Amino acid sequence: MSAAAISVVEMPKTWTLPYRGKVAMACLIIAESAIFTIFLVAYLFYLGKSLTGPTPREVLETPIFFTICLLSSSITVHFAGKSLERNNHPAFLALWSLTIILGGLFLFGTGTEWHRLIYEHGLTISTNLFGTTYYSLVGLHAFHVSAGLIMLTVVLIFALAGRVHEDQARRIDVLALYWHFVDAVWVVVFTVAYIVGR
Amino acid sequence: MSSNAITIQGLEVEEKPWVDSLHQWVTTVDHKRLGVLYILYALVFLLLGGIEALIIRIQLMHSHNNFVSPQLFNRMFTMHGTTMIFFVAMPILFGFANYLVPLMIGARDMAFPRLNAFSFWLSALGGFLLYFSLVGANGLYGAGNAPDVGWWAYAPLTARAFSPGHSTDYWTLALLVSGFGSIGTAINIIATILCLRCPGMKLNRMPLLVWLNLVMAGMLLIAITPLSAAQIMLLIDRYFGGHFFDAQAGGSAVLWMHFFWIFGHPEVYVLIIPCFAFMSEIIPVFSRKPIFGYPVMVAATVCIAFVSLSVWAHHMFTVGMNSYANSFFTITTMAVGIPTGIKIFNWIGTMWGGRIQFKTPMLFSIGFLFQFLIAGLTGIMMAAAPFDWQLSLSYFVVAHFHYVIVGGILFALFAAFYYWYPKITGRMLSERLGKWHFWLFLIGFHLTFDVMHIPGLLGMPRRIYTYEPGRDWDTLNLIVSIGAFIQAIAILVFIWNLISSYFNGAKAGNDPWDAWTLEWSTSSPPPAYNFATVPVVASRRPLWDLKHPEDPDSLYD
Repeated sequence: MSAAAISVVEMPKTWTLPYRGKVAMACLIIAESAIFTIFLVAYLFYLGKSLTGPTPREVLETPIFFTICLLSSSITVHFAGKSLERNNHPAFLALWSLTIILGGLFLFGTGTEWHRLIYEHGLTISTNLFGTTYYSLVGLHAFHVSAGLIMLTVVLIFALAGRVHEDQARRIDVLALYWHFVDAVWVVVFTVAYIVGR
Repeated sequence: MSSNAITIQGLEVEEKPWVDSLHQWVTTVDHKRLGVLYILYALVFLLLGGIEALIIRIQLMHSHNNFVSPQLFNRMFTMHGTTMIFFVAMPILFGFANYLVPLMIGARDMAFPRLNAFSFWLSALGGFLLYFSLVGANGLYGAGNAPDVGWWAYAPLTARAFSPGHSTDYWTLALLVSGFGSIGTAINIIATILCLRCPGMKLNRMPLLVWLNLVMAGMLLIAITPLSAAQIMLLIDRYFGGHFFDAQAGGSAVLWMHFFWIFGHPEVYVLIIPCFAFMSEIIPVFSRKPIFGYPVMVAATVCIAFVSLSVWAHHMFTVGMNSYANSFFTITTMAVGIPTGIKIFNWIGTMWGGRIQFKTPMLFSIGFLFQFLIAGLTGIMMAAAPFDWQLSLSYFVVAHFHYVIVGGILFALFAAFYYWYPKITGRMLSERLGKWHFWLFLIGFHLTFDVMHIPGLLGMPRRIYTYEPGRDWDTLNLIVSIGAFIQAIAILVFIWNLISSYFNGAKAGNDPWDAWTLEWSTSSPPPAYNFATVPVVASRRPLWDLKHPEDPDSLYD
């Protein structure tokens, strides 16, 4: 039987399927959520079970400014994508760069907080259960922010070289989806580590 | 029956030097070649894992045996379990999914061919790391090589103090790396199925194999990732001095058990659902009837996937959970039996009144039905917490899960090999050797695993190195070991069949089984581009429609 014979069947009038990039990113987000869930469960399970100090109440300070930075970068990356769709390149470049700066600020915030915890309070990953779970959870998130920043920067380099056009807007959307996920995870991590955990 | 491949008259194809073709295989991103690579790689590990099983069985053949040292025995059962689950069952099923899913939905390739190759090589690296421990792990303090902590690696045995050297690190890294490969494969399978179906292939027209692999991939996303997370924690404990599973610093060994089994139990369904998929394709073709209750099969599969995510702690009844947890996990575990029972009824319903052809794939399928039923029944027995308290960690459990994995998964895989080998190679597997393989393996299997239940009931614990005489375990263990060797002979017959039929088997043609799904519409083996023109389908059985234009399925769709 030849393939021609199969296509005797009438072609359906409309045949649209979802974009593979978006589906794949949605799947990755589901998988990553499961990883974060396990780390969050470990954090909550070990709350108050450390045999020695320091405790979260003694040393943690709520990073409100840097949280605002990260969360607003979700807004800028969204409007950057919109500008690209409308073929507004200067706005895209500006908003995209702003996203990277805000993400970088957040990472700087994490860095300074860790520096303070290590050098002022002597809390390292091997000090007690709090240290182990705290650095793992926040570190896992910071790792995802870093990965996102690298990808955002690669796009910025291509954009500056004039290689990013409106027909790539849906690819840019996939990356934006990842960035939204990183922000959403921070909301949960922030709630668990800085509000529930203290 | 003309082939889909474009043939050019009078064209001489020059034989390529083997270095070139090796290079093509190593750098390939074609879903069919990667599928074959997955399968071949898994077969190599099947032989390694099988040899380890035989060493275990020789050691246990009679009381007070000292065929191997206790240290080596520990390594053998650890390597056997890890190898068989992570480097045989998973890659071989990924191989079939890779090969068949794009062909069955009329696609050119997977959604992300390079990610596909990357996932395969990650899995391959994982297997290599595990076995490299034999030479690489000979670490400090005269610590042994090869992991010896059991395939579930309970804390605190994995702590630095109790597992010096690097054997546990190789185990952790092997599983972490192959886990990332599995996540890539799962993403790829889902994206392929959702985004690359040929025109007319609506979700409710997909072959059940495609549906079930979609569910399997969805489960992988949330089942394999807890293991990856737990492995990262273990690495933090072992390398950065963390305390996740360190009871000395307030850490909990039970938390590791939860994390491991949150992965571990869904994993069983990740392995069995693709086998259900094989059954759902093979049984209808050899019963000459369409599958009975297609929508119910899909619903039952999704149901199994959901319920199986909340049964994990039935592996932990003996650690002393409270009665609410025990009741909850007993009930959910028993509930899995309902959708699974529906499936078995549907397969029997498919066979009922059909003109059954007892070809080798069908023989293995029928073996699967009976054995998987028995495996399920012993599973229901152990779902009852008080019964489990008595028999947990005994050979009864070992017999139960080998009934699932060998009697269920492996039988289904053999059926799949006999069914799709003609498509993959263009040659039929020998029916004569196939029957030898089937009967030898069936006899060996039942000798080993039926009898193995009894020493379990008599109280023989799993993982013991040897045992005292005079407990009535000797004869039983001898029978179990003899059965293992009969199975090994059957596997050799199978391997010989794979090799000899590749060179001397009868030519298969496009559609040797008179089947109904799209992969049989293209040539065997399919060309790199799969289909010369994109197929359009109007029912669940596009090839039936084609062969019976007077009474197509699409009339009733």
